[in-house]
Amino acid sequence: MTYTKRNDGRRFDELRPMEAKVGVIKRADGSAMFKIGSTIAYASVYGPRALHPTFMRNPEHGLLRCNYNMMAFSGSGDRVRPGPSRRSKEISQVTKNALEPVLDLTNYPNMVVDIFVELLQTDAGTRCAGICAAAMALADAGFSMKDMVSAVSVGLVGDKVVVDLDKEEEDYEDGSVDIPVAMTHRHKKITLLQLDGIIPEKQLQEALKKAEEACESIHKVQRKAMLEGYKHGL
Amino acid sequence: MDYNPKGFIKGLCSKGERLDGRKLDEYRNITVELGVSSRSAEGSARVRIGDTEVVAGVKLSADKPYPDRPDEGTIIVNVELLPLASPDFESGPPSIDAIGLSRVVDRGIRESKALNFNKLVIEKGEKVWMVFIDIYPLNNAGNIADAASLAAMAALQDAVFPKYDKKTELVTYEKTTKKLPIERVPISTTILKIGDKLLVDPTVEEEYVADASLMVSTLEKNQVCAMQKHGREPLSINEVDAIVTLSLNKRDILKNALENAR
Repeated sequence: MTYTKRNDGRRFDELRPMEAKVGVIKRADGSAMFKIGSTIAYASVYGPRALHPTFMRNPEHGLLRCNYNMMAFSGSGDRVRPGPSRRSKEISQVTKNALEPVLDLTNYPNMVVDIFVELLQTDAGTRCAGICAAAMALADAGFSMKDMVSAVSVGLVGDKVVVDLDKEEEDYEDGSVDIPVAMTHRHKKITLLQLDGIIPEKQLQEALKKAEEACESIHKVQRKAMLEGYKHGL
Repeated sequence: MDYNPKGFIKGLCSKGERLDGRKLDEYRNITVELGVSSRSAEGSARVRIGDTEVVAGVKLSADKPYPDRPDEGTIIVNVELLPLASPDFESGPPSIDAIGLSRVVDRGIRESKALNFNKLVIEKGEKVWMVFIDIYPLNNAGNIADAASLAAMAALQDAVFPKYDKKTELVTYEKTTKKLPIERVPISTTILKIGDKLLVDPTVEEEYVADASLMVSTLEKNQVCAMQKHGREPLSINEVDAIVTLSLNKRDILKNALENAR
């Protein structure tokens, strides 16, 4: 019942090792790679560019479009069938919602900004890694952003509140709760929040507090990567 | 001054020059990295040719063999031209380019008998290994075809069989140390024809202006195992001969990159 030790030896509030880099996809207007543990996400941004189909155009503001996808070989079990699934469509939608609040698209009427997120390898926390990469890619593309977005999954494994669950913890036999959270850096506003499982109120409050602290650490990694990317100028 | 990029590239080419300063038969720097998705995939690799970057992963599943080939496993090659990798790639069902590339890479591996399909049998007539090779460009700076073929071979060389539980007839995806039965190494080279000149390892701009191209897969001892012609302009027999010779000459550059994979 009690979860006493994490399988990889981390403290309960410790993130997995992270790596981040911007400008990894040269043909894109902006791009980034974000790695947390074994989960590796790539994101690229194209636009603002002409929106097709045209009936989706909005003369008052541009459209943000996100597409999340797992590469066919990136899952730990069977091959993932290529093409959109119900899961990937939902994640695309919540990714868009997580990032839209920090953008001002009123300058791009009738246009679209496309974000593509691809997972090369997965070990849980993929939507959060995707959002971290996508936020960096937007900054890399030069969009003026009101704030930076960082994301992490927190939750309950057995009876412990933990930060950054890996796949083994998500599949913990005595039950686990997965709470992906995205948060803006300066304003500490939550832009992604999902929850899977049963958690008492007290522990939910504790988990969200931990998410805020974890996002702070993730932001440092993102910021460092962005500064690194422009060390030698454009 | 007349601004005509197409004409400019063609003009350079006719003088034996290229926009990036390379010789017509010169490849960009090639690197191969193995195990880029080693937690998930049975085998994986990343190939860089200049700024072009392609990843490939191998997944195995156990399935019924084709009725006419009870003692053979098989490969399924799938290339997806992700809109992530280039502004020219669009979302949606696989484009004809993606399907064409999948089939050419498939043929290079299948027809060369690179993989011994007979050694992919678990139980004759009942269960065989299906080897899925999924290939994704991450950045398209030209010559995705050569990079995709090389990445596919690298991922195959990196791959190991997963565990198969005979009782439950399921793959457990625990890794073994047993490598796939690779017997030959086909290498693909795409040669472009621009005007009356032939060139290797094209950039995107050169691909735009090409009159025709021929992808040639080669084996050791000057053997050819697959070809595919692209483009509108025809090729003469002499040109095809020259292209095949050039492909065979360039084989070692790509093969060495594969051997020096880390």
